Amino acid sequence: MGIDYKETTDKSLKKISSSELIFRRVLYISAFILVVLVGAVFFSLLVSSFPSLKKLGIRFLFGKTWDPVKGEFGAFSFLVGTLLTSFLALLISLPFSLSISIFLGEYFSRGFFSSFLKSAVEILAGIPSVIYGFWGLFILVPVVRAFEIKLGIMPYGVGIFTASLVLSIMIIPYSATIGREVIQLVPSELKEAAFSLGATKFEVIRKVVLPYARSGILAGILLSLGRALGETMAVTMVIGNANILPDSIFSPSNTMASVIANEFAEATETLHLSSLIEVGLLLFIVTTIVNIIGRQIVKKVSIEV
Amino acid sequence: MQGDKVSVRIFGDKAFKLFIIFLSFVAVLPLFLVLGYIIKNGIASVNWQFLINLPKPVGEAGGGISNALVGTGILMLLSCVFSVPLGILAGIYLSEHRRGKLSYLTRLCVEVLQGVPSIVIGIVAYLWVVLPMRTFSAFSGGVALSIMMLPVVVRTTEETLKLVPNALREASLALGVPYHRTILKVILPAGMSGIVSGILLSLTRIAGETAPLLFTAFGSSFMNLNIFKPMSALPLLIFNYATSPYPEWHSIAWGASFVLVVFVLVLNLITKLVVRKWKTQF
Repeated sequence: MGIDYKETTDKSLKKISSSELIFRRVLYISAFILVVLVGAVFFSLLVSSFPSLKKLGIRFLFGKTWDPVKGEFGAFSFLVGTLLTSFLALLISLPFSLSISIFLGEYFSRGFFSSFLKSAVEILAGIPSVIYGFWGLFILVPVVRAFEIKLGIMPYGVGIFTASLVLSIMIIPYSATIGREVIQLVPSELKEAAFSLGATKFEVIRKVVLPYARSGILAGILLSLGRALGETMAVTMVIGNANILPDSIFSPSNTMASVIANEFAEATETLHLSSLIEVGLLLFIVTTIVNIIGRQIVKKVSIEV
Repeated sequence: MQGDKVSVRIFGDKAFKLFIIFLSFVAVLPLFLVLGYIIKNGIASVNWQFLINLPKPVGEAGGGISNALVGTGILMLLSCVFSVPLGILAGIYLSEHRRGKLSYLTRLCVEVLQGVPSIVIGIVAYLWVVLPMRTFSAFSGGVALSIMMLPVVVRTTEETLKLVPNALREASLALGVPYHRTILKVILPAGMSGIVSGILLSLTRIAGETAPLLFTAFGSSFMNLNIFKPMSALPLLIFNYATSPYPEWHSIAWGASFVLVVFVLVLNLITKLVVRKWKTQF
């Protein structure tokens, strides 16, 4: 493109070069708009949560009462609720998603079972979260309630445990897909070497495949954690929406996302609204950090191999 | 090595394989439970009247979901209009400039955007559109959904265009075709199927999104075609009716869930067909 059009006097050539310049500029600006967009998201969240940042400061994070009527806003119980549901969901889903990764990556990498399981996982990822919440509310909540009666504790049915169950179903596809990909990237020379030494398939998976794919599997877990932290609808519908510090994994609670979903449209006071926006800001920062770390690991793994 | 030790190891190997198969199928069991319940409870309330009627007040039988269907259609159209041109242009920029500061930054921002929880996007659309306009509106819902669509469109455009061989571009440039026409008339058409499937993919992602609509499109029980007024959408209707205390509304919500799931699955299928049929092959 290093042609110097100044030499030519041909008008059409000049026209072309000017429209080319415009085109390049439009492309540049489009890419730039994306950067501005993310910056603007962050800054408008920051600016709008300024009243609560100024008034409440650090108390916002550690205050245990959230009472819009009295004007007290402490988000500690939502932090606990979010962390509890997300990590419990990860814990529940991990054996299943790891099994799917191994199933698809090692045992059945092609054939009927593989394509069946693959499409099942894909559909699982495609079902909208509001439908998981609806299903959880009507099917899972009674089951959990019966279970709680058997245990002899308050049979709420809704609560952290139920929310974690629904969440764990929803995040399985994320870690399973990434897990499968990194397991398939394990060099076959390594596996063959182990086989030739007399190792069984189980031993190869445990001693060669899993250690090799470790960081990729971790990345998958991180990405599904990012998803779990921000999941709103399904959690809102089954967590019970109680603004209290949960005392057990069966107690009703609220997460950061679910409290926004519940109260945002009704928040009229400035402080209430800006506190909710601050919760959103916090959610934005945490999920962004978790996601970026996860994606960096994924990138590193696929470049290494 | 002793014989019995080997047999223990072989047994462990077989047991592990069975265990993995068992857990994998248990993991997808919920899918069939969810789909099964939706089909069982939903199909009974879905009929022609259900699709073309408006919701009725509590107690009256035979309400429909036509307003939500129209609303979802309008919202999807709006978010396409907002996000597709920008997404494709940014995708072209990224595929043309593999290295460079702006490319790096833009890629990072696309990744960040992809991970932002949908409820946070809802807050942002509320701050940007609802507050200045002083009303909930389909327009603000479209803005929220388009922010969610954008990263998928950008990424798929970039990935597809990267696959277009350099020879095509060089051939076009060698013929004296200016740069912008090379991109628009040669490179872009070559990668069209990938871009279209990216748009479809992102549409399946936003078709069921509820959280960003809660305080943007807000929902409405009337048929509304004005995009500057509150508008209903399928997922919003499901959420509102599912959490209501009335059994009649629950059955409407099951029916709406059935319609939504069928819609999402069909969209998924179309995406796959597009990818398979017009696969960008070089």
